[in-house]
Amino acid sequence: MTSLIPPYDAHAVWVAPWTEQLSLYGWIAAMGFAVAAACGLVGNYLMLRRMALMGDAVSHSVLPGLVVAFLVSGSRSTGPMFVGALAAGAAATLIIETIHTRTRVKQDAAIGIAFSTLFALGVILTVAFAGQIDLDAECVLYGEISFVPLEPMVTLGGWTLGPEPFVRMAAVAVGVGVMILVWYKELLVSSFDPGLARSLGINPALLHYGLMATLSIVVVSAFEAVGAILVIAMLILPGSTASMLTTRLPKVHLLSLLHAALSSVLGVSLGIWLNCSMAAAMVVAGAVLFGLAWLASPSQGLVARWWHGRRRESVEQPAPGVGV
Amino acid sequence: MSAESPLEIHDLTVAYHRKPVLWGVDLVVPAGQLIGIIGPNGAGKSTLIKACMGLLPVQSGWVKLFGQPFNKVATRVGYVPQRESVDWDFPVSVMDVVLMGRYGRLGLLRRPGKADRDLARSCLEKVQLLPYANRQIANLSGGQQQRVFLARALAQQADLYFMDEPFSGVDAATEAAIIAVLRELRDQGRTLLVVHHDLPTARQYFDRLLLLNMNVVAFGPTADVYTPELLQRTYGGRLTILSEVAQALGAQEPPR
Repeated sequence: MTSLIPPYDAHAVWVAPWTEQLSLYGWIAAMGFAVAAACGLVGNYLMLRRMALMGDAVSHSVLPGLVVAFLVSGSRSTGPMFVGALAAGAAATLIIETIHTRTRVKQDAAIGIAFSTLFALGVILTVAFAGQIDLDAECVLYGEISFVPLEPMVTLGGWTLGPEPFVRMAAVAVGVGVMILVWYKELLVSSFDPGLARSLGINPALLHYGLMATLSIVVVSAFEAVGAILVIAMLILPGSTASMLTTRLPKVHLLSLLHAALSSVLGVSLGIWLNCSMAAAMVVAGAVLFGLAWLASPSQGLVARWWHGRRRESVEQPAPGVGV
Repeated sequence: MSAESPLEIHDLTVAYHRKPVLWGVDLVVPAGQLIGIIGPNGAGKSTLIKACMGLLPVQSGWVKLFGQPFNKVATRVGYVPQRESVDWDFPVSVMDVVLMGRYGRLGLLRRPGKADRDLARSCLEKVQLLPYANRQIANLSGGQQQRVFLARALAQQADLYFMDEPFSGVDAATEAAIIAVLRELRDQGRTLLVVHHDLPTARQYFDRLLLLNMNVVAFGPTADVYTPELLQRTYGGRLTILSEVAQALGAQEPPR
């Protein structure tokens, strides 16, 4: 078994990353938190609107955007890449909307068409211009969160803010938080009841596209760190876990942030122990937290249900199947 | 109160995928009336009220509310959508939903204040749901959910209300509570248009009826338009089943 599971060294897994190796793993965990926090906050609204798979669509469509941006600008600098990926995200959103409003194809199928086609287009472009593009397939899929501490540090007025990707991601996360604070009412009512929102003079379509643009920015910023696939977990896991534990939206947001923090810290430890991709380890840690929440949730949890079921039996009164 | 009609519709045509659902609807609604919209399934009842609030694109014609386009008078209009149109697992409390009725009057960045909460509480009191204010909305019965929507509409303090089947799936006690609230609103001079699907109660509940089947079959005081001929024209062949039942009941001979 030792060959399958690496030896477990408690000090190396739990203590070292936060003490002697803090300058390395601290930034990885911080980046993980920034990514999961930004994704989790946006993801909460995707889930409330039953659009969780829009994250899928946007993250996969980023690839052709990056390739085209590279071919046009001839550089791999952040600016053009960002613009290209954003444009691709917007294109994916538009294609999906057009297919699902102009034809009988439903939104889920439209998402399936749009994102796989755009991803395939990206693959073809990458191969066709293989000589000119240095895009690493592994990076596209899993990201390179471990390289974050190696990036140049950003300083502002003598203060070291952190490695450049982290600073960018943190700014995006703060931006998402501010947007939710500013448009809290509008997002709430248009997600719960678009008809009422419209009748209140709020434009749900405008909010929808605003949310999609925010999603694109978040996904594009997170892309380099966690890749096209794992970002989907970051969008969905924090909110899903939070909704197991509370039924109030503000608490869902706060618990999502807690989930983001815990899964990135635990993910670093798991990644060190198993010597695997840090981003993948963070997602696995987040999924384990989801499982724990499912077990322990006071209202919907497996333990609570088992307990109530047992008590009901002991009273020997099988309750009629009337809802609560 | 302005002298303008709360709702004036001229030559309204609405289509889904080029298939017309409503055509040539002309309507002038007097103020301070409780109006029932009745007609068979697919008659365009929900479509009509959605088109009035600009929720659907309109092929031709126009709708004016208090003499103005909807966007200018949105805060004077209240809306109760069909209960099934929202996700009742949404992470909000009863109070949160009722407070949404205040959002139209709050500007950007403003949260509902104490006055809004007090008003929301009094609206919940009116529909007998005050003890449920802090409940998660999933833990409510169908009738209670319908009353939450009604409380939210009350909190909108509108002059004109559109309600889409507020009586669907509710028990008799809830139905009585709802109609009492609607009558109180009407007595305050507000105008209510209510989509309804039960013919016998439509006759008791409403001052006026709008008989609708893709266009306006009749609109007038209930006593004038609740006639077998007009209902027959509204429901077409489908009413024969109803009238057979009615005849059988009238002869004290229940079918089967």
